[in-house]
Amino acid sequence: MSAAELSALQRPNDRLRRRRIANRAMELLAWLAAAIAVALLAIVVWSVAKRGASALNIDLFTKTPSALAGFVPNVQQGLANAFVGSIVIVGIATLIALPIGILVAIYVNEFAPRKIRSGINLVLDVLNGIPAIVIGIFVFGLIVVTRGQSALAGSFALSVLMLPLVSRATIEVLALVPSSLREASLGLGVPRWRTTLGIVLPQTIGGIVTGAVLAVARVAGETAPLLFTSSLVSNQIEWNPTHPLYSVPLAIYELSEQDSSADHALAWAGAFVLLMFILVTSLTARWLANRSRRKLTGASR
Amino acid sequence: MTSPTKGDSVSTSSTIENAVRVETKRQPLPPRERLEQVFDIQDLTAIYGSKPALKGVSMEVYKNLVTAVIGPSGCGKSTFIRCLNRMNDLVPGFRQTGTLRYHGVDIAGKDVDPVAVRRTIGMVFQRPNPFPKSIYDNVAWGLRVLGMKDNLSDRVERALTQAALWDEVRDRLKQSALGLSGGQQQRLCIARAIAVEPDVVLMDEPASALDPIATQAIEQLLHELKDQYSFVIVTHNMQQAARVADMTAFFSISRGAEGDRWGELVEYDATEKIFTAPSDKRTEDYVTGRFG
Amino acid sequence: MSTLDATPDLARRSVSGRRARLGDLLLQGVAAGAVIYTLVLLGLIAWKVIQGARLSLSTLGLGFITTVGWDPVHDHFGAAVFLFGTAVTSIGALLLATPLALGIALFLTELAPGWIRGPVTALVETLAAIPSVVIGLWGIIVLGPVLRDHVMPALHSALGFIPLFGPVGTQFSIFTAIVVLTIMILPIISSISRELFLGVPAELKEAALGLGTTRWEMVRGVVFPYARGGVAAAMILGLGRAVGEAIAVSMVIGSFDNGISWNLFNPGDSIAGKLANEYATANPGLETSSLFYLALILLVFSLVISFLAQVIVRRVAKRQGYA
Repeated sequence: MSAAELSALQRPNDRLRRRRIANRAMELLAWLAAAIAVALLAIVVWSVAKRGASALNIDLFTKTPSALAGFVPNVQQGLANAFVGSIVIVGIATLIALPIGILVAIYVNEFAPRKIRSGINLVLDVLNGIPAIVIGIFVFGLIVVTRGQSALAGSFALSVLMLPLVSRATIEVLALVPSSLREASLGLGVPRWRTTLGIVLPQTIGGIVTGAVLAVARVAGETAPLLFTSSLVSNQIEWNPTHPLYSVPLAIYELSEQDSSADHALAWAGAFVLLMFILVTSLTARWLANRSRRKLTGASR
Repeated sequence: MTSPTKGDSVSTSSTIENAVRVETKRQPLPPRERLEQVFDIQDLTAIYGSKPALKGVSMEVYKNLVTAVIGPSGCGKSTFIRCLNRMNDLVPGFRQTGTLRYHGVDIAGKDVDPVAVRRTIGMVFQRPNPFPKSIYDNVAWGLRVLGMKDNLSDRVERALTQAALWDEVRDRLKQSALGLSGGQQQRLCIARAIAVEPDVVLMDEPASALDPIATQAIEQLLHELKDQYSFVIVTHNMQQAARVADMTAFFSISRGAEGDRWGELVEYDATEKIFTAPSDKRTEDYVTGRFG
Repeated sequence: MSTLDATPDLARRSVSGRRARLGDLLLQGVAAGAVIYTLVLLGLIAWKVIQGARLSLSTLGLGFITTVGWDPVHDHFGAAVFLFGTAVTSIGALLLATPLALGIALFLTELAPGWIRGPVTALVETLAAIPSVVIGLWGIIVLGPVLRDHVMPALHSALGFIPLFGPVGTQFSIFTAIVVLTIMILPIISSISRELFLGVPAELKEAALGLGTTRWEMVRGVVFPYARGGVAAAMILGLGRAVGEAIAVSMVIGSFDNGISWNLFNPGDSIAGKLANEYATANPGLETSSLFYLALILLVFSLVISFLAQVIVRRVAKRQGYA
């Protein structure tokens, strides 16, 4: 080989140097991108934590927002009605979406012929892609126009958002159950429905719960569907789902538009509780997912 | 092979003897002192994490020869040749010690850029791995990136011709390389490697995934291209080594006191000697098929 | 086993056989019912939105799409301002988020030391879990002032000759909305790209590196082309997310409905943002119907985007199978 090529190994020529610089530059950019992403998350969470934690007090959970907040100093206000409302609305939404979502998944995995299976998956994907605000307007046109607002209407809207999430998670977990398990049960003479409900489904409980928890974490922070369905609320702490109920995301949304710093502080407090709830539930879901996956792969061995 | 107790292995050894003497078109080797060294390896040790895969390998690789690396599976053959072009650097936790002199320059040092090393020491892999590009672009891409863009089409044609593939693909250069047969794809990978004008070409079991006819084509290539490049080829097929290689290195597995294992160079000599009159008993056992 | 013994067994089985078949049919029926519910739901959504928009569709027709201005007092409604706002904010966010997301994905697959990968991946996914209203709140109180006081003036003085970077107004602007949307769609594009890059066969990467190319040259020549289709799908999904985002955008964009300005530092509005803003104040009749018209446009967008993403995913899967 030529001396020039040999020396290139130790003292790079111009072209090699340029290529190395380009490589280094792109490496730095990639590191920078990752740093920006981490920094963004850190900044947002830190802002919420700092401003929210300082506004945390017992009033938050016992009192309701006050109209005097900008005018009278040290007004005691809280988001009790918002927390209660969120619990009711999300709870009912889960009660609607969970069984329907599981049943859809059962149909897709246990009964549907191939072509219908991909059709249903397509429908679920399309449903998942519809913006939350459109869902809110849809429920507005369907229910609110004739019967007025209610927490139930809000729950229904949230359940539409949860349905594809629960279904897809359940479909994935059902697909993981080995067919040998089903065959063993059917071979014993156990009817199809009993096999599905008694043998297959219990194997997937972990995954279903994970899917449900993730869906709850997702809709707990949704504001748009509630704007049209459950926003004309009273200032009392109410549990009646036939009335429109306040909710934490809506409270944050409205309080952010106010001018007073007291209202802003309340918004941060609400955001803090909401964010903590979502992070804790997401982490729990991930932990549950790992546990159920270990159980399933253990069972199939 | 004069021991009278090797009754059942006589047929194996005589097959190899035939392969060595008759099937090869090999020229007799000049004495070693007159051969130019490409690699001078001293005490090479390769470690993954905390486990050594290779220990104390010392040998020379000579210019314009085909050097075969043979041995049982797990003896570190692949690790060895991947040391030669710093490919093991891609594995996290890999370390190598010892000197690895390439034309006198130690390329195992930290101050040597692996990118520059791989430019002159090319590699062909076990399973053909053409890029999902056209046949032309498979060869041209490396040339473009490395700055050998002048007379691009001529260079591509020359590489494909040298790899004995030009006639088969000249009319479909723009078609995807993935449409070629396994043997053709491997020859394309050879063309891709030699297009950038390396000095040495390393081959890690290049024909093990191919049928006998494709294998023969590759072996023929080695013979034809020897005067332009130096080849180091790992093979698990002894007959192949006997057919194509000028020098053969036999690696084997050593076991330690605590049950740990590593690969070692056992014997390195002219192929004829390795297969007909090996010095080490382990070599003899392996080439006569008694183990491995 | 004698026939005498067999018969009671068979008899027993036929009774439970009927019950079993009933149970099977019941389960299948109920499950199918759930599927039908889902299909009906999708149809209902489309129908209700169209129905609500009917008045506006018939009164204003397709001209609605190109009309500028939204004035309920004079019954003047047009979607142009919002279409423009949606387009600028979404495309702007996509342009900013995609290189960032690709950088993150490359970092995680090619550069990061082993112990960093897990935490950073989890962190980026956590970014996706933050509700839009919280990002909006942060955008109003933290991000907005920073942009108004530092970033926007700097951009204006450096690039002010471009109409996009005109004089700076308040913190409520299209630019703020673009930054907020970028943060929101970053995780989607990044996590899909990461999966794609992980899926590139190691042998292809080795083949490239074996020729003596640098890592970046290998990424450019092998990884990017291989992942190209999937990244396109990820970008489309990100675009869909940005188009549909109502809450965070409405909080920071400023709600200016009556003109189109190319100055990013001016306030504006998007379709979804407008819908969010009107939840308390819309009058029934033409105004509400026009809002439904806007919702219909948004619905059509989301359907087109879902469809496009599916097409690309299908084409990528086919190519991957071939490769």
